[in-house]
Amino acid sequence: MEISIIVLPLIASIISGFFGKLIGDRSSEIITSLLVSISAIFSVLVLYEVVVNQYQENIIIAKWISSGSLEVNWSMKIDSLSAVMLVVVTLVSALVHIYSIGYMSHDPHKPRFMAYLSLFTFAMLMLVTADNFIQLFFGWEGVGLCSYFLIGFWFKKESANKAAIKAFVVNRVGDFGFALGIFLIFYLFGTVNYTEVFAEIPNITDKNLVFLGITFNAVDLICLLLFIGAMGKSAQILLHTWLPDAMEGPTPVSALIHAATMVTAGVFLVVRCSPIYEYSDLALNIVTIVGMSTAFFAATVALVQNDIKKIIAYSTCSQLGYMFFATGVGAYNVAMFHLFTHAFFKALLFLGSGSVIHAFKDEQNINNMGGVWKKLPYTYSLMIIGTLALTGFPFLSGFYSKDAIIEFAYLRGNTTGYYAAGIGIFTAFLTSIYSWRLIFKTFHGEYNNKEIKIDETHESPIVMLIPLVLLSIGAIFAGFLFKELFIGYEGLNNFWRDSIFFLKPLSTDHPPLWFLLLTPTLVILSIPLAYYLFIKNRNLPERFASINKPLYQFLLNKWYFDELYDVLFVKPSKKLGLFLWKFFDLKIIDGFGPDGISSMIKKFSVKANKFQSGYIYQYAFVMLLGFSALLTFLIVK
Amino acid sequence: MNFPILSSLILLPSIGALFLFFNKSEKKNNFTGKYVALFTSAVNFFLSIYLWILFDPTTSEFQFVEERIWIKDLINYKVGVDGISILFILLTTFITPLCILSVNNSIKERLSEFLIAVLIMESFMIGVFCSLDLVIFYLFFEAGLIPMFLIIGIWGGARRVYSAFKFFLYTLLGSVLMLVAIITIYWLNGTTDVVELYNSGIGIKYQNLLWLAFFSSFAVKTPMWPVHTWLPDAHVEAPTAGSVLLAAILLKMAGYGFIRFSLGLFPTASEIFTPLIYTLSVIAIIFTSFIALMQEDMKKLIAYSSVAHMGYVTLGIFTIQQQGIEGSIIQMISHGLVSAALFLCVGVVYDRMHSRLIDTYGGIVSIIPKYSILFMLFTLAALGLPGTSGFVGEFLILMGAFKDNFLVAVIASLGVIIGAAYMLWLYKRVVFGKLINTDLKQMFDLNRSELFILSCLAVPTLFFGFYPDPLINTIEVSISDLIDQYNFKLASKT
Repeated sequence: MEISIIVLPLIASIISGFFGKLIGDRSSEIITSLLVSISAIFSVLVLYEVVVNQYQENIIIAKWISSGSLEVNWSMKIDSLSAVMLVVVTLVSALVHIYSIGYMSHDPHKPRFMAYLSLFTFAMLMLVTADNFIQLFFGWEGVGLCSYFLIGFWFKKESANKAAIKAFVVNRVGDFGFALGIFLIFYLFGTVNYTEVFAEIPNITDKNLVFLGITFNAVDLICLLLFIGAMGKSAQILLHTWLPDAMEGPTPVSALIHAATMVTAGVFLVVRCSPIYEYSDLALNIVTIVGMSTAFFAATVALVQNDIKKIIAYSTCSQLGYMFFATGVGAYNVAMFHLFTHAFFKALLFLGSGSVIHAFKDEQNINNMGGVWKKLPYTYSLMIIGTLALTGFPFLSGFYSKDAIIEFAYLRGNTTGYYAAGIGIFTAFLTSIYSWRLIFKTFHGEYNNKEIKIDETHESPIVMLIPLVLLSIGAIFAGFLFKELFIGYEGLNNFWRDSIFFLKPLSTDHPPLWFLLLTPTLVILSIPLAYYLFIKNRNLPERFASINKPLYQFLLNKWYFDELYDVLFVKPSKKLGLFLWKFFDLKIIDGFGPDGISSMIKKFSVKANKFQSGYIYQYAFVMLLGFSALLTFLIVK
Repeated sequence: MNFPILSSLILLPSIGALFLFFNKSEKKNNFTGKYVALFTSAVNFFLSIYLWILFDPTTSEFQFVEERIWIKDLINYKVGVDGISILFILLTTFITPLCILSVNNSIKERLSEFLIAVLIMESFMIGVFCSLDLVIFYLFFEAGLIPMFLIIGIWGGARRVYSAFKFFLYTLLGSVLMLVAIITIYWLNGTTDVVELYNSGIGIKYQNLLWLAFFSSFAVKTPMWPVHTWLPDAHVEAPTAGSVLLAAILLKMAGYGFIRFSLGLFPTASEIFTPLIYTLSVIAIIFTSFIALMQEDMKKLIAYSSVAHMGYVTLGIFTIQQQGIEGSIIQMISHGLVSAALFLCVGVVYDRMHSRLIDTYGGIVSIIPKYSILFMLFTLAALGLPGTSGFVGEFLILMGAFKDNFLVAVIASLGVIIGAAYMLWLYKRVVFGKLINTDLKQMFDLNRSELFILSCLAVPTLFFGFYPDPLINTIEVSISDLIDQYNFKLASKT
C-alpha cells in the first residue's frame, strides 16, 4: 500500500500523457483524479497508522546508483514527518485535480495538463519519502521540471515561456548550492543516507575546512549550502524572483505547486535536516534572518500589487518566510504545523481567486473588479474563510500556527529571536491589510470592469466548488484539531519522535499575556482599517502613494530585484558569451591557430614561388651572393 | 573461447563495405546497399551484445585476447577488452546502425560510398577500443580520421572544404607527436604491448614528455579548450549522420585514451599535469557554456555544448576517484546517446526546412508534437536532469571532483546552471512560442524510421538514468583496479 501511494500518480501521469488522445479528455481527467485520490486516501491511512500505532518504516524499492562507497537506493522512508507531507501533498493534489476538470474545461490540451499534475505529484512524493539526499535531489529537480512544464503550459504566451525558464534557472542556482552540500556530505561521511549521516554529525562538529583561504566549520558549511537549495525552491529573498512570474501558469498549478506543496520543499528540507541544523548556530541565525526578511519584504510588495494572483504569490513568499524563521529559532514542529495549515488556506485562496478569474473571463487585475459579492456568493464566502485563516483571525487555522511561530521566536530568548518576533507581528499586520485590500477591491465597492457586464459574471460550476469547500473545512479546523498533535507538549514525544531532532528541548514557558493578545488584536483591528482605506475613503491610499512616490514605485517594482539581476547577471552573461565566441574563439584561437598558420604558409609559399622565376641570371646572381657570403665568413673566421 | 569475437567485430563492417564496393549500382536510390549496410551493422551490434553477456565483470584482466604476429619482434596484432573498453564498443555498434538508418533523409547523393565510409569507420573505431598494442592503436586511431574527413569533405555543406581541412590539420598535428612518443616507448621498453607496459612501467625520466605527446593528440580529439574550434565548424558542415558519428563515437576515443594510456602508462606525469587538465576542463565547461548561450545555429550550439560536456569528462578522469572515472565513462556513454539524438533532432527539422538557424523556427510544438516530446527528453538529458543518464554521469563526476579539489568542483558545478539556461532557451525558441514563420505549417511529424531511431536512443537514456547498474557493474572492478595500480605505481615511483 505504501508504495502504491507513490506509484499511482506515476501511472496516472503515464496513462494521461501517452494515451490521453486515445482514451479521450474526460477519461484522462477521471483516471488521474481517481488514482491520485486513492493515493490520498492511502496517505491518510498511513498517517493514521503513524499517529495511532507509531508506525515507522524504511522501504527499499530498488537499487539506483552504486559507485565505490556511494550507495543510493530508490526508497520510501515513512515516519511522522514524511507522513504529514504525504497527506498534504496527495490531499491538495487530489482536490486540485478535481478542480482542474472544471477550470480547464475550455482548454484543448486537458490530458497533457492532467499528466503534468500527476507527474508533479509523483516527483513531490519521491522528494518527501526519500531516505537519502540523492533521491531527495531527484524529487527536487523533478518537481522543478514539472513546475517548468506547468508554468509554460500555455506555450504560445511569450511571458509564460520566459517565466518557465526563469523558474527553472533560478531554481538551478539554488540546486547548485544544494548539490555542493550533497558533495560535501559525501566527502565527509562517504554516504548520503540520512540515518548514517545524522548519526555522524555530532562527531564532526569541530571539523574545519579551508576553502579559498577561508576556514569554515564543516557543519555550518553543510547547513548553509543546503539552505541555498531551500532558498531557491521556497522562493526566499534573493532567489524569490521566479515565484511571482510563475503565476503565468494556470491557477490550479499555482495552488498546488506554488502555494501548498513544491515551495514548501525547502522548509521540509531544513526540518528533515534538523539533526544537522541543530549543531550550527550560525546557520540557524542565517535561516532566521533570511526568513524574517522574506516575510517582511514580500508583505510590503503585496500591499501595492494589482494582479490578484501576484498578491497571493507574494503572500505565499511571506508565509514561507514565517516557516523559515520558525525553523531558525528551532521550532521545527511549529514550522511543519504552519506548513500544514498554510497548505489548506493558501490553496483555498488560490483556487478561490481562480474562481474569480473564471467569473471575469480571465481578468486578473483587481482594479477591474469589485462589487460582485452578491453574484459570487460561494466564492466570496470561501475567500473570506481563506483570508481569515491566512491573517490569523482567532480560532481559525492560521491563528494557531502563525501565533505559535511568533511566540516561539519570542521564547527563543536571543536577539534574532526578538527581532523575528517583532517583525513577525508587524508582518502579520501587513498581511491582514493586503489580504483585506484584495477582498474589498475584488468583491466590494463599485463594479469597475468595462468589458464584461456584471450580469455576465457567474458562479463557478460545482466541480470547482467542492474542492473549495473541502479546503475551507481544513482552513477552519486544521489548526484547532491538530494543535496538540503538532505543537503540543505531548506531540513532541509521541508524534514526531525521532523524525525531528532537538538539541535543547523547546521552551515550555508561556509568553506574557499582552504579547499573546497583541497579534490577534492587530489582525482584528486591521479589518475596519482596510475597509476604511479601500472602500470608504479611497482617496487616502492614492494620496499617500502620490506623496511618497519613490516608496510607492519601489514597492510596485518589487524592490527592483528583476532589474538588478538583469543588469548583474543576464546581460553580462550574454555579452560574455558573445565576447568569448566572436573575439576569443574566432579572432584569437582561430586567428593565431589554424587560420593564422595556413595564411602564413600561404604567404610564405607566394614568396617562395617568386624565387623560382626561371631566369638564369637571377639564379646566377643568388649563387654569386651566396658564394661571396660564404667566402667572407671563412676569411673573417 | 576460440572464436575470435573481437576480430570478427572489427572485420565484419569492413566486409560489408567491401561487398558494397563491388556491388555499386549507379541508381540513385540504392536500397540494397542500404540493407546490406544495415544488416552488417545490426549483426555487429548483436555480436557485441553477445560479447557483453560473455564478459566477466568480476575481473580487471583483459578478456577475449587475441594475439597474432604481424611483423616479427616489432608489431603484434593484439586485441582484448576489459571493463573500460567494452562499453565503448557497445556504443559504437549501437550508434552505427541507427546512423545508417537515418541516412534516408539526409544523404541524397553517392549513398553507397557514404555507407562504405560509415562501415569502415565502425571497423576502425572498434579497433581503437580493443587494441592492446600501441602501434595497432595508433593505426586505428588515425585511420578513423580518414572516413570522417571524407564524410565532411564530400557530403558536407557550403564551407565543407574549409571545415574538413581544419579538422584534419588540428587532429593530425597532435597525432604526429603521439607517433613519436610511441616510437620512443618502443626504444625504451622494447615493446609496444600495452599489457607488458602496464606491468613494467615506463621510466620516470621520460614520462612527462611522453604524457604531453599523448595529451596533444587526445586534447585535440576530445576536444579540450583551446583546441576545440574545429568541432563547431566540423559539425555545422557535416551531414547529420556524420555529426552523429563524430559526436557520439569519435570524441570518445580521446576520453578512452586518457584513461587507458595517460593514467595507465604515465601515472607520475598524470599526477603532475592534473592541475593543467583541471584548468582546461573548467575553462571548457564555463567558457563554451557561455558561448553556447549565444549561438544562432542549432548545430553549433550543440557542438559547443559537447565541448562543455567533454570538459566534465576530462575533469572526472583526472580526479582518480572511483566516482569521478566511473562518472566520466557514464557521461561519455550518455553523451554518445544524447548528442547523437540532439543532432538527429536538428537533422529532422533541417530535412524539412533546410535551415539550422534558430530564428527560422518557433511555435512548432502543435505542428509536430511527437518530435517535440522526444526533443524535450533529450534537452533534459543534456542539462543533466535526474532520471536521465546525463545526471548520473555529471553528478558522479562532480562528486569525485569535490573529493579531490573543492574549487574545481564548485566552478564546474556552475556550468550546470548555464547548461540549463542554454538548452531550455534553445528549446523554447525552436519549439514553443507563437508560430510566426508560416512555412513551418507544412512540416510533417516524425516518420516511422525517425521515430524508431529517436526512440532507440530515448530508451537507454531513461533506463540508465533510473538504473545505471548494468553500466557501473561492468566497469566497477576495472576502474578500482586501475586506481589501485595508479596509486601503487605512484608510490613506488615507476
